[in-house]
This record gives sequence, C-alpha cells and structure tokens, in this order.
Amino acid sequence: MAEALVRKDYVSDVEVRWCVGCGDYGILKAFTVAMAKLQLPREKVVIVSGIGCSSRFPYYVDTYGFHSVHGRAPSVATGVKLTQPDLSVWIVTGDGDALSIGGNHFIHLMRRNPDINMLLFNNQIYGLTKGQASPTSPQGKITKSTPFGLIDGPMHPLPMALTAGATFVARVPDTDNAMITDVLIQAHKHKGVSFVEIMQNCNIFNDGAWFPIAKKANRAENSIVLKHGEPMTFGENNSKGFRLKGMDIEIVDMEKDGVDVSELLVHDMYSKDATLAFKLANLQHPEFPYPLGVFRQIEAPVYESGVSKQEHDVAEKLGRGDVKKMLHSGETWEVSV
Amino acid sequence: MQKEVSAKKAPDKSSSIDEDRRSNAPEELDITTIRFAGDSGDGMQLLGTRFANTSAVFGEDVMTLAEYPAEIRAPAGTIAGVSGFQLSMGPQDIYTAGDMVDVLVAMNPAALKSNLEHVRKDGILIVNEDTFTEKNLKKVGYEENPLENSALAGYRVFPVGISKMTATALEPLGVEREQIGKSKNLFALGLICWLFNMPLDNTLNWLKTKFSKKPEVIKANTEALMAGNKYGDSNELFVTSYIIKQPEHKKQPGTYRYLNGNSALSMGLITAAEQAGLHLFLGSYPITPASDVLHELSRHKEFPVTTFQAEDEIAAIGAAIGASYAGSLAITSTSGPGMALKTEFLGLAVSVELPLVVINVMRGGPSTGLPTKMEQSDLFQALWSRPGESPLIVLAANSPKDCFDTAIEACRLTLKYMTPVIILSDGYIANGSEAWRIPSLDELPEMKAQFHTDAEKFHPYQRDPKTLARPWAIPGTAGLEHRVGGLEKEDITGGVDQSPENHEKMVHYRAEKVRRVCADIPPLEIEGNPVADLLVVGWGSSYGAITRAVMNSNNDGVPVASVHIKHLSPLPQDLGDILKRYKKVLIVENNLGQLWTLLRSIYLVDAKLLSKVNGVPFKISEVENKIREMVKG
Repeated sequence: MAEALVRKDYVSDVEVRWCVGCGDYGILKAFTVAMAKLQLPREKVVIVSGIGCSSRFPYYVDTYGFHSVHGRAPSVATGVKLTQPDLSVWIVTGDGDALSIGGNHFIHLMRRNPDINMLLFNNQIYGLTKGQASPTSPQGKITKSTPFGLIDGPMHPLPMALTAGATFVARVPDTDNAMITDVLIQAHKHKGVSFVEIMQNCNIFNDGAWFPIAKKANRAENSIVLKHGEPMTFGENNSKGFRLKGMDIEIVDMEKDGVDVSELLVHDMYSKDATLAFKLANLQHPEFPYPLGVFRQIEAPVYESGVSKQEHDVAEKLGRGDVKKMLHSGETWEVSV
Repeated sequence: MQKEVSAKKAPDKSSSIDEDRRSNAPEELDITTIRFAGDSGDGMQLLGTRFANTSAVFGEDVMTLAEYPAEIRAPAGTIAGVSGFQLSMGPQDIYTAGDMVDVLVAMNPAALKSNLEHVRKDGILIVNEDTFTEKNLKKVGYEENPLENSALAGYRVFPVGISKMTATALEPLGVEREQIGKSKNLFALGLICWLFNMPLDNTLNWLKTKFSKKPEVIKANTEALMAGNKYGDSNELFVTSYIIKQPEHKKQPGTYRYLNGNSALSMGLITAAEQAGLHLFLGSYPITPASDVLHELSRHKEFPVTTFQAEDEIAAIGAAIGASYAGSLAITSTSGPGMALKTEFLGLAVSVELPLVVINVMRGGPSTGLPTKMEQSDLFQALWSRPGESPLIVLAANSPKDCFDTAIEACRLTLKYMTPVIILSDGYIANGSEAWRIPSLDELPEMKAQFHTDAEKFHPYQRDPKTLARPWAIPGTAGLEHRVGGLEKEDITGGVDQSPENHEKMVHYRAEKVRRVCADIPPLEIEGNPVADLLVVGWGSSYGAITRAVMNSNNDGVPVASVHIKHLSPLPQDLGDILKRYKKVLIVENNLGQLWTLLRSIYLVDAKLLSKVNGVPFKISEVENKIREMVKG
C-alpha cells in the first residue's frame, strides 16, 4: 500500500496571495486537513471555482483544479462529474459568485443533486473588486457602490439551498478549524449535493461582518451548534435553548424560565420534512444565535448515477451503440453499379 | 418544368404541361418544385417530408425547404399560421429546394394567398375547396372566393374537396372527427403520389412503424392515403399524371438514405466520437432551429452519449467545457442568441486550450429576430465575438448532407489542435433534407485522441512542436495534477503569469496554432469554368444556389467559376491566389457582406457583393442574374 498522505501533500507550491489575515487561510488549512483525513488520492480530486478571492482556492491545492468564469463553476463541475463520476468534485465560490452572477446555476446544482460539494465563502462583500455590496450585504450597508447605504435586502444562502432541494446543508465559521474539517468530511461522505456556507471574514473590506462568532469567547452566546438527536441548547453552560411556540421558534432560559430540557426542540437532520431545517436556516442574528453545523442531510437520487443508469439501461435494451447500424437506420435504398 | 432552373439538355417538350392531351400515359418532367402549405396544425411538414422521402427512395434527387411560423399554433386559418414545405426533385443534381413553384397544394385560403407569389404562371394549384368558406376567406381578406372569380386566371386550378372526401372515406370506419381532421394531409399525399406516379408502399410501411401502438391511427391514415390516391385515378379532373425523367448518369453506387442537416450533424458527432474512442457529451439548451441536435443525440444514449439539458445557454457550454476537461468529446449546440450568451465561456475554452465543438444553427437576427428563418449573419460573431485576441477554428456546412462531414472535420480538428471549433449551419440546411450516400467507416478521416499519461517532465502547456497543441491531461491521471483557468498562463508550466513578455508570447501562440490548421485544409475546388473572368465565392448554405447558377450560366454560354469556402478560420492558404486569378469576384451571402468585408480586407480584392437578408435562401435565378450582369458589365 502506498504511503499515507499527509496534509502537506495536498498543498501546492503556488504562493498564496490572499491578504494577510484573510479568513480564507483557515479554510484552506481545514480543507487540506480534511483531505488527509479522508486519504483521498490527489488525482481523484477536482476543485472548480468561479471568480473572486475565494475562487483562487484551486491554485493552492495540489489536486486537479479549474479556475473558470464568474458564477459558472457549477456547470463546469457538473460536466466533470458526468464524465468521471468517481472523482471527488468540489466547488469553491463566494457570495457574489454563487448568489449574484451565478444564482441560476446555484439553484440548478442544488435541484439536480449531483455528488458535488459546494463551499460558499460568505464575506458579505465583493473583495476582489475592492469593496462593493454583495447579495448578502445587510440593508443599509455603506460600501463603495452604496455610499448612502444599501437599499436591497440580503439574500440568505441556506434557505435558498434548502428550497432548491439541497440534500446536505451546513454552516461553519471560518475561525473554527475543527468544525470546518468535520463538516467537510461529512459533506464528502454525503451522496448527493452538499452545500456548506462558510462565514468568512474579509479583514480588508468588511472586517468584523461575523464578529459575534469570530472569537471563541463570544461563540457560546451568539451561536447554536446543531447536533443530531440532541436538544438545541446554547449559551454559557448551555443554559438557553430553542422551544417551539406555535409555529415559531423561541429562545428560553431554562434556569430563569423554569423550562425543562425535555421541552426543547431536538435536532433531526435526517427528517424528510425540511420545515425544521428551513426555520433554523431563516433565524437571523441578533434576535437569535447563528445556528451552525449540519442543518439537513437526506438521501435522494444522485444525478450522475441516474444519467449513467439511463445510458446503461438504453444500451442494455437496444444493444451497445453501433455507428454502422445508426447510419443505416430508417429507410434506405440501394443504388447498384 | 422550370424555365428558370432548366437542367442542361432538357428536351423542349417536357417544359410544359399539355392540357389538351387526354392520354393516360404520364408526361415526363425534368426538375419540378412542389410546395405544400396549410395551417401549422395541418401536418404540412409531415406531408412534405413523406413525399420527399418517397421521391428520394424512388431514386429522384431531392432537396427540401421547411418554412414554418415562429408561433406554434397561430389562430387557425390566418396568414400568420401558415406552414409551408417546399421540395425540388429531379433526375439529378438537385442543389436547392427550387425557385418558382410548379405545383402548390394549398389546404386553406390563407395558404393560397400567402404562397401564390411563389407559384410560376401556368403552375398547378391543388386547393382544398372545403375550407374556402366565407369565414375563412374573410380572415385573410379575400372579398370574393378566388376559386369562383378570375383571381387565379393563368394558373391551372384544381379544387378538391379534401376535407369532405377524407370524412367520407373515414366516417364509415368509425374514425373520430379529430382523427379525420388529422388525416387530411394523408389524403393530399395519396393524391400527389398519384399525380407523380409515386408508390405508396414506403408511406404505408412508415405508418406501420410510426403508429405501431395505435392501430386505429394506422387504419385511418392508410384509408385517407388510399382514398386520395384513388380519387386521382378515378377522377376526370386531372388530364394527365406526371413522371420524373430517369437520370442521365447513374448515381454513385451504395446505400442511400434521406436526411436533414441537424440529423446529419448529430450522426457525424456520434461517428466522430466512436472513431476517436471517446465518450460524446452534449451540453445544450433548447433553441430554434438547433434543438433537433439535442433531440437526436438524446435518442442515442446506447453509444453511450451523454446529453445534458442545462438551465441556460451558459451552463450548457460550461458543462461541455467541464466534460472536455475530464476527457469527453464535448459539444454544445445553439443558435445566434445562445451564441451570444456563450461567448465568455468560449474565451475560457480558447484560454484553457481544450477540445470543444460549438454548433451555431444560424437564424435571422439581431436579438430574437427570425427564429424559424435562415440567415448567415453570425459569421463575424463566430470569428471575433469573444473578449481579447481569441482565435479559434470556424467551419461552415454547405448542405444537409455536408453537415455530417463538417461535424467529423470539426471533431478531427478540435482533437488535433486542442482548440475550440465553431460549426456554422443555418435554418435552411438544418431542416432541409436531401438524399445521402452513407459512407463506409473506412472512408472517414483518421480520428485520434490521446490522453497524456506520462508524469515524467509533464508540463500542462508544453506544446507539440508541429501543431502547437498542448497535452490533454485529464483528472484521474496520477502524477499530472495541475490547475488551469482563465488567467493568463505561463508558457510551458501553465502557472499564472501576467508578465508582458509572457502574455505577448501566449497571444501569438494561440493565433499561430489556429493558423497552422491551414496545412490541414485540402486545396479549394474550383467549379464551373476555371478560366472564366468571373469568380463567385460563397460559404455555407448558398452552395446549392451558387452551384446550380454557375452550372446554368456555363450551359448558356456565360463563363463563370465558383469556389465555396468551408474553412472560414483559418482561411484556406490557396484562397488569396485564387481570388487574384480572376478579373472579377462576386461574393454571395445572406447578410450585409461579412465574408465580403473579410476578403476585401485580407486580400485587397475589389470583390462585389450579392446580399440577401429576407430570411429566405438565395434563388438560383437571383445568383444567375447577378452573374449575367457582372459578366456583361
């Protein structure tokens, strides 16, 4: 057996050119750690990206990589996956790339459910073009392109992915290496499309966008880590939790409100019904802590498997294609010498 | 039968129909043009296709033109809803679907009114008189019934109660009203087969296969077909029937079939992939008139062929590029507006130097333009519509059957040179059909695809010294892990490099690579009289009209040569010398002068232009008249 691969084996010799302090560094590191943990052969991994800071990612990983055009990485990745279904295909994209110029491809990637993993680095700003509002920038945001404040409301990628039919949906902060690695491994193992929003800090043009959860010390109050089968608790000592009131999620303080843990919502990421995942995905800070972890994972027919199966079935029924037979099909006639 | 397009050595007596002759012996005809017209729901395309197919199987040379509205079902009986199908048939050398119509079959007043201008004086009008009701006449602005006044004087009019007779034939069999309406076209087909002494058996066989699961439909259509045929036989209305002359020269021996341009393209692509030992991948999005390539390839998954109907035109080419990167022979097919959307990705394909075939079945533009009509106005778009210096190979198909060869040539070049190839076809040849001798596989050019596997000294942009192609190193190959992308790449290593010297070098490499394709292009063939003073130059689907016009002119003592360009980028290396050999050069194209501008600027020749942009292909007579004018002037 070949020698085990270590993290460094996945690091390319290209000098990384993200700004010092960029959240992308942490993600890159966690990604290579995940690769080594999975022991994926380097030639079996393809990273496809669009355009933007995040989309430089493939250059820095020593696997196959394709830096394509703005917003359209899902289509390139789909073509790769349909041709070689056994490759591990990853899309690295950003909020502008995936949700603005590539919104259409994003939706259709989710609904087709190919076994492709999409990592969306969401920093709520256009970084590579130096600081314009992005589709996830909050209303009122002052940027170079919105000097008097952003009028558009933001787009929320998690509910979008769920609505479009994503079968694996997760969110992680760029500062939690262990959580990123763990979720990437789960995403890889999931058969079908995996969507992972990574809350990523752009320290140059939008520093502190995810401030409430950036530091470990603040994370307990400002986030809730979803764990399948466990009650949804958060806060110092896990004293707070989510409870259902009517159709709404409410925050309860178990000690102060005298609520028993048995009254809390229990996370069910495998539920066939997307309602709970959708409600969690729609919770907005600061009214609620940011839910983190895996929101939903369900089994559904995998696109490229369906495509190969159909081709196989047709060949089984009609016989393997034969050019001569095809050219001579239908009505023909002979002209003799 | 047609004076305008009379074939050489046509005997005089065959050029008109003798009305007084009440003999049962069929009259012999030369080239004949027939047009079927009716409501878009009347099944005119099917009627025309079946008749053309029958004629082809019977041994005639046939070429067809489908003319249908952009609306699926415009209000019944209106001019907007008229669908037409024209075919020209003759003993040999049929290059176009004909100029003026000899026989018009009109299923309603709208069809008659909108098509009358295409019918030659003295031509035959077979009209479904049952539809000439007051209401229908009014819809198209006929004050009076043209069948009852002198409006059609000069034509030979044959009013036939097609609707009622179809009903009479089918009602006793208990056929539903709706099906009776649908079977009218079969009645008309039976009648026209009688008129031209064509057998019914191939239509009967077709009905059996087509409706194998609907015996009641086979029965109704068979009865309608037979009724139409019997009507011709037993009726005194037609004084004579016709037969197309036997060919003077034997056709090349072999097995023949009848096919349209989009089918020919599809079969060419599958054939090329099989010859190269590659998986064929099509990324496409529905668009008229290119959708049939998607339909046809989707029917052939057994090879296997992967067809991906993308969410839009952009994703269609994106997926094709991804598939090519991973080792498929990748295709994307579209028409002009879709081409516009694909241009960014096309630039990427040029930059990452991967094989890719892009098909543009051209229609009238700009914008949505004329979706169902032909035009050749996307030449400049094909040549240059990408960001930056972005050269690639452009080929044009010149007839339905040539689409097969063009598809093969495109695949051969894209694999050999690792650069995208655009195929230009158009709505005329895409939906037009002709007879085709099926080639044997050993007649086809060598097709080679080699994936790079040697990890020793591998560099993603190390070029083949002869073709300048870079290696095709697909994911899954151990030791060749590398990155590609749209950023300028460093020569040899393929790493990102935006330095001035490197960019200049890479721009020149990409241009030189396409230029070197010249060495792979066969010499141009000069048709007609090579020592004439006038040279006619065309590209794409005008081939038929030009070839026949040049043939007719030379037969009439007007010396003229012609050359037809398939390789539009790079242009054939002998083109410049050929252009300079002639005193006068005429360029014929369905646009405002795109090839004309190109050739004048490259070769500094004072070429003249014959342009036509009304959505309809050139008539032979239009080219012929221009030739005469230029030879005289």
